[in-house]
Amino acid sequence: MFAYIIRRVLATIPVMVVVALFVFSLLYLAPGDPAAVIAGDQATPADVERIRASLGLDRPFVVRFSEWAWHIIRGDLGISIFTNLPVSRMIAQRIEPTLSLMVVTLVLAVVIAVPMGVVAAWKAGSWIDRAVMAFAVLGFSVPVFVVGYVLAYYFALGLDWFPVQGYTPLSQGFGPWLSNLVLPAVALSSAYIALIARITRATMLEVLQQDYIRTARAKGAGQRTILFLHALKNAAVPIVTVIGIGIALLIGGAVITESVFAIPGLGRLTIDAILRRDYPVIQGVVLLFSFVYVLVNLLIDLSYTLFDPRIRY
Amino acid sequence: MINRRQWLGGAAGIAGAAALPRFAIAQGTGGSSSRVLKFIPQADLAVADPIITTAYVSRNHGYMIWDTLYGFDQDYRPQPQMVEGHRVEEDGRRVTLVLRDGLKFHDGEPVRALDCVASIRRWATRDALGQVMMTVVDELSAPDDKTILFRFKQPFPLLFEALGKPATPVCFIMPERLAKTDPAVAVKEMIGSGPFRWKADERVPGARLVYERNADYVPRADGPVSWTAGPKRVHFDRIEWNVMPDAATAANAMQNGEADWYEQPPGDLQDLLRRNRNLTLEIQDPTGLVAMARFNHLHPPFNNPAIRRALLGAINQSDFMTAVIGTDKSLWRDRVGIFTPETPLANEAGMEVLTSPRDYDKVKRDLQAAGYKGEKVVLIAASDFANLNALAQVGHDMLRKCGLNVEFVSADWGTVVQRRASKEAPEKGGWSMFFTFFAGVDMVNPGVQQALRGHGQAAWFGWPTAPKLEELRNAWFSAPDLAAQQEIAKQIQLQAFQDVPYLPLGQYFQAWAYRRGLTGIVKGLPIFWNVQRS
Repeated sequence: MFAYIIRRVLATIPVMVVVALFVFSLLYLAPGDPAAVIAGDQATPADVERIRASLGLDRPFVVRFSEWAWHIIRGDLGISIFTNLPVSRMIAQRIEPTLSLMVVTLVLAVVIAVPMGVVAAWKAGSWIDRAVMAFAVLGFSVPVFVVGYVLAYYFALGLDWFPVQGYTPLSQGFGPWLSNLVLPAVALSSAYIALIARITRATMLEVLQQDYIRTARAKGAGQRTILFLHALKNAAVPIVTVIGIGIALLIGGAVITESVFAIPGLGRLTIDAILRRDYPVIQGVVLLFSFVYVLVNLLIDLSYTLFDPRIRY
Repeated sequence: MINRRQWLGGAAGIAGAAALPRFAIAQGTGGSSSRVLKFIPQADLAVADPIITTAYVSRNHGYMIWDTLYGFDQDYRPQPQMVEGHRVEEDGRRVTLVLRDGLKFHDGEPVRALDCVASIRRWATRDALGQVMMTVVDELSAPDDKTILFRFKQPFPLLFEALGKPATPVCFIMPERLAKTDPAVAVKEMIGSGPFRWKADERVPGARLVYERNADYVPRADGPVSWTAGPKRVHFDRIEWNVMPDAATAANAMQNGEADWYEQPPGDLQDLLRRNRNLTLEIQDPTGLVAMARFNHLHPPFNNPAIRRALLGAINQSDFMTAVIGTDKSLWRDRVGIFTPETPLANEAGMEVLTSPRDYDKVKRDLQAAGYKGEKVVLIAASDFANLNALAQVGHDMLRKCGLNVEFVSADWGTVVQRRASKEAPEKGGWSMFFTFFAGVDMVNPGVQQALRGHGQAAWFGWPTAPKLEELRNAWFSAPDLAAQQEIAKQIQLQAFQDVPYLPLGQYFQAWAYRRGLTGIVKGLPIFWNVQRS
């Protein structure tokens, strides 16, 4: 097991190298010029050229990539072209809001979606099943920003239960922290709940047809024991896989949710950096997201051993 | 091991926290303190050095931190701000400025004339008017800590205007050690002598900027508060700029009491905000924003002045303005010429080219007579700015109605600003036309108007060659008084309708939304002195 973890961790290195090269090349080829954005609309072409030269953007690809890669190897993500702040500091400033949003969303989604899917499978064909599936279709179909605006309209502007925007660090208290996250997390989790609930239902339906479930029933096991101990545990592997894949969805959804609720997270940092062509920030954030994604996949693979003793690494 | 009872307790705690009444949990996000003002700026402060960039948000940030030698009043006249007074001698060839007492930078160092000289020199490398000024400066020096000396080769009557204008870039005074930074490199410290200090440790780029009152700031004792002139008395301890890229979220924050002042509510949300009895919507900048379509003068078809002139007959400015800000005519103005309406140089010379009845058939005939042969017109449009996209959509429709062969290229602003720098032919990755707008204060005279320049390859994007416009501009710099300036302005407008460096598309006004309790908001720019909560 330990050797397997080491192998997987080492395997992330070539993945990160490929990601780095790909991101750098893509940004190099993509249209856009940070010098022109810095100079402003009324700057003359000569002003833009001077700024471009001062930023070193007129140097060849190989020189720029080598310099950046050398810094990355030493753990330095570089300096933002616009703010002159270290990229690592900008990411550190933004990581808490995004992490908080993702954790609350994930908890909310799993706590709601898994029981929903289990109940839908148990009551397959009933009105409960149809209601769960209808909700799932709705959750998939309505864009996260629409859900966000509707929630803000009713629960912030209408009932005044929550603020419409912003983020309060956890260090300022659990209540304020949670209060800022409830609406965005509910909005972001809607599609995620739908996804997990559908997968849970489908997997559970299959498992509930198995012989060992019939045996459990014959032995007189209660419904709850059958559903949550025998069936759900055996259905867990695909569900956990989907939860893992969903984290990638969450990263994408967080970008929109953070804009709708003005949360200063990594999603907004990414969008701002892309629009301005702040290359070091884009590269830093994409590398981080890639690393997180690789890590999540590793954790999911390891978690399989908890649910299925036949899986050994 | 957590047992079932502990789990239930934890879950109840979370549910309870979520259901806490708003007043108990809103701390840190809303509920404005009387000494804190929460402002939603037009955009994030991407570049904090207001000299390296011409972005308006950087200019507004600059007014928080740095002071200026002169301010501008609502009559567009320069007024002493950091200077106590000045002496003009030797028929205007020698000008001496004397600094006020008590001026101090945020690091505790006194403001010296040497700081001002270095700041003027750095600013002048980036500013069009400053560049003209430096061509006639023989000597710019600091004979002592309080005196700034200009010696000119010839009189330069626009000196005070240049040093005080709010058009970007503004001549902000920085400590000498910062002002000696290469003008193409942003300064690393935000140290000024202005009425607010920068809280660098609280900055979250893209989300939040914080300024606190500079307790050491000594406002002028005299003069009325008017635009950037007069005493800068601060009544808030802290100003927070909360960046909200989503307009609906910003409007919600205003309605919910989580922000005090929203700089640029879009036209389609203004009615909603106006209906809220706690909010006021008011146009505070009478110069507004002036829209234009810029030609690429290097390539066909717009390297032909007759084709550019023909298109003047197609413009219906009200169509453009309606698309940008709506049908409420109090928010926009058509019949806009070369200079910002209702400013001293605005005039009616030659305006019939814009105000006569619009006739697309005549425009088509004029285009044919001018030699248009169906060359492709590549229109580049920024889709991520609603106002620019609206201008481009209407412009696209107008050009098609004129019978031009148009290719509409929609991209984000970052791509547009790169592509517009290309001097290649339109079919080889270049462009033919783009749309933009300038603040009205940037269009008030030939000294600050970039788009009016006609010095060829060195000119602003589009690179028009218009020697007569350049001659008239130079004559304007030497005009002895306003009457002479106005006469030259008429000639400039007439010549601009011949050379057509760009198409003027109208002027619109941006209302500010702010809480009813705020008083003393200064007209012109979003600046935070004189404002108080009643």
